[in-house]
Amino acid sequence: MSQSLSWNRKDLIDVEPLSRAEIETIFTAATAFKKAMDADNMKQPYLNGRTVVNLFLEPSTRTRLAFEVAASRLSADTITVTGAASSLTKGETLRDTARNMEALKADIIIMRHSASGAPNYLSKVVDIPVINAGDGSHAHPTQALLDSFTLLEKFGSLDGKKITILGDILFSRVARSNIICLQKLGAHVTIAGPSTLVPKAFEGMGVTVSHKLQPALEDADAVMLLRIQHERQTATHFPSIGEYTSSFGLNKDRAKWLKSGAIIMHPGPINRGVEIDSELADSSQSVILQQVTNGIVVRMAILHLCSCAYHKQAIELPN
Amino acid sequence: MTNILWIQNGRVIDPANQRDAAGDVFAVDGKIVASLNEAQQAEATVIDAKGLVVAPGLVDIHVHFRDPGQTHKEDIRSGSKAAAAGGFTSVVCMPNTSPVCDNAGTIQRIMDKVAREAVVRVYPTGCLTVGMQGEQLAPTGQLKKAGVVAMTDDGQCVQSNEIMRRAVEYAKMFDLPIMDHCQDASLTEGAMMNEGEWSLRLGLQGWPKAAEDIIVARNVILAELTGTHIHMQHISSASSVDILRRAIHRGVSVSGEVSPHHIEFTDADLHDYDTVFKMNPPLRTDADREALIEGLIDGTLCCIATDHAPHSPTEKDQEFDYAPFGVIGLENSLASCLTTLYHSKRLGLSEVIALMTHKGAELCKLNAGTLSIGAPADICLFDPDESWTVDANQFFSKSRNCPWHGKSLKGVVKATYVGGQQVFDGTSITI
Repeated sequence: MSQSLSWNRKDLIDVEPLSRAEIETIFTAATAFKKAMDADNMKQPYLNGRTVVNLFLEPSTRTRLAFEVAASRLSADTITVTGAASSLTKGETLRDTARNMEALKADIIIMRHSASGAPNYLSKVVDIPVINAGDGSHAHPTQALLDSFTLLEKFGSLDGKKITILGDILFSRVARSNIICLQKLGAHVTIAGPSTLVPKAFEGMGVTVSHKLQPALEDADAVMLLRIQHERQTATHFPSIGEYTSSFGLNKDRAKWLKSGAIIMHPGPINRGVEIDSELADSSQSVILQQVTNGIVVRMAILHLCSCAYHKQAIELPN
Repeated sequence: MTNILWIQNGRVIDPANQRDAAGDVFAVDGKIVASLNEAQQAEATVIDAKGLVVAPGLVDIHVHFRDPGQTHKEDIRSGSKAAAAGGFTSVVCMPNTSPVCDNAGTIQRIMDKVAREAVVRVYPTGCLTVGMQGEQLAPTGQLKKAGVVAMTDDGQCVQSNEIMRRAVEYAKMFDLPIMDHCQDASLTEGAMMNEGEWSLRLGLQGWPKAAEDIIVARNVILAELTGTHIHMQHISSASSVDILRRAIHRGVSVSGEVSPHHIEFTDADLHDYDTVFKMNPPLRTDADREALIEGLIDGTLCCIATDHAPHSPTEKDQEFDYAPFGVIGLENSLASCLTTLYHSKRLGLSEVIALMTHKGAELCKLNAGTLSIGAPADICLFDPDESWTVDANQFFSKSRNCPWHGKSLKGVVKATYVGGQQVFDGTSITI
C-alpha cells in the first residue's frame, strides 16, 4: 500500500465531526486489514508494546470482543475492565479511574458507558486516545462505521441509496451514529417504528420519519433492525413486545417490500421472533455475521489511525 | 454613636418611588432619611457616588444556602457574602436543606446562625409538606412563628392536587406566600435536558416543557378555586408564560419569576455535555428565552430570582447523567441581567432594578427593595457600564458551578450597605 493516508484525530468519540474523506480513510485502512486477514496474514505489528484498556462500564459482548480481537491483531497488550470489577463500584470517580489507567501507562482507552457524553468528558480528562465503544443513547461510532463499511462492500457506493433503520430509535446510539454516518456518505435515511420511539423531531437530523412499515421498507436498499426492549426505560412507550412484532417485526412477507437484492442488517444482539423472524435472520439476505467480522477490521483501522495521530507517526498499512 | 451615611452625586434609582435622578441618599441609624441637618452633615460618612447608580439593595427571593446539612456546597456565611458581593441585601432561602425546613426547630437553628454569621438579611422559607414528600401538610403556623417568609417545596413539586389545594388553603390563614416549583414528576423521570432537537442529538433524556406547563395550569386553577395567590418559581417555558399571562389577564392571583440563566442561555449550550449548564428546570430553546424576556417586559413575570444553587466542583465533575442540577448566580446576576436586558435595550435601567428589588420584596412581604423614607438603609452602588470578565474562582461562594464563568459582562457592584453599614466595598467583605 503505497498511498499515504492522513489522519489527525487521537480520539474517536462520535461520527459527527468526521468528514467524508476521514470516513473513507478509515475504510481504506480497514480494507487493507481485511485483505491481510483474508490472506491469513492475521497479526499486524502496529501497536506492538502498546497497552489498550477496554473500560466496559455497561454490559457488552460483541463490541468488547471485537475490540479485544482488533487490539490483539495489532499486537497490543489488552486489559479489559468491566463495570462490576472496577473501582467505580467503590465510589471512585471516572476521572480518577481514567487517570489511574493513564498512570499505569495505558496507551489507549476504549470505553463503553451508560451515560451519554461520558467519552466526551473522558477525552478532556486524559491525554491518551479515547475510543467510544458506545455511550448511553448518544453515539456508537465504530458500529456505524462498520455498518457503512459492510454496505459499501455490497453496493460500492451509498450515494442515493435508501437505508431504513427500524425499531427503537429514541434510545438507540446505533441509530444516531448511523443516521449521521450514512448521510455523510450520500445515503437517504428513513427511520421507522412506533411513534413514541421514533419522534418526528428526528426530521431535524435530515431523515424521513415513518410510522408505517410498508412505505418505510418499500424500495429500501437495506434495512437495519434494532433490538426492541420493553424494559424500564421504554415501558411506557409501547404496549408489549407482541404488539411491536405484530406491527413492526420483519418477516418474510414484509421483507418482500424491500428492493430486490436488499440486505438485512442488525447490530446484535438479535431477539429472534421479536424484531426479526428467525428464518430471515439466517437467510442469504442477512449480513449480520459479516457485520461482526467487519467490526474487527474497522476497529483495527480506528485504533491504528488514532494511535498514529497521537504519536505523530506516519501511517503504515499491510501490503 | 450615631451612624450617619451621606451618599452624594449618584444617579439615584428607586423604582418603587418612581425616582430616577441625580441626587443624594441619606441614612441615619440604619434607616433612610429625607435629609441631614447641619450637625448630622458634619458627622456623616460621605460617599462620593459620582458616575454610579445608587439603588436599593437587591432582593433575591430564591437562593439555596445549603445550611444546615450541605455546608460543603455553601453556608449562611459564604452564601451571604456572595449575596453582598452581588449587591444583594435580602435573600430568601429555599427549604431543601438537610434536615428540610418542615419544623420550627430547624428554622430556629437557621435564624440563630443568620444572626451570628450572615452579612446580609437572610430569610428562611418553610416546606409545604412534611419531609417535602408531598403527602402531609407541614406545620405552617409554627413555621410562621419561627420566622419563615413563604412556603414552598422547591425542588420537589407537590404532585398531589389534593395536597396542593389544601396547602394553599391552609397557608392563606397565615397570610404566607405560596411558591411552587412547577414540575410534573411523571413526565421528567430520568430527564436531563430540554426535550427537543438537542436532546435527540445528544442522546440525553428529554424534559418536556409540558412538565412545567401542566403544573402552572394546575396552579392557576387552584389559585382560582381557593382565592389564594400562587407564585410560580423559575419559569422556563414559553407556554407557561402564555398560561400565566392569560390567567393574570382574567384576574387570577398568580405570578411568576424568571432566573438570569434562562434569559441568557439555551439548550444548545449543552452541546459539549458541560455540566455547568445542567439545571432544573432545564435551559430551553431560543424561542422560550425570548418569551421569558417578553414576559418580563409586559409584567407577566414579576421578578428576577437567581435560583443560586451551589454544588461542589467534585459533584459537578462527573458524567452528565450523574452531576446534580443547579447553577450559582448571586455574584454576577446584576451584571448578567443588565447585559441581557438593559444593554440590549430591551428594558430601562429602572425597570431592571425594579425586577431585582421591590417586586420580589412585595411578593414575600419583606421590608426591603426601596429607598423610601424610613426604610432600612439597604443600598447597592454600581457602575452599569463597566465591563468585567466573570471568574468563578474569585467568588465568595464556596462553589464554582457558574455558567457565566469566562464571559464578559457589563455592570460592576462598587459597594453594598445593609442597615446603613457597608458590607462590601467593591473588593472585600467589610464586616
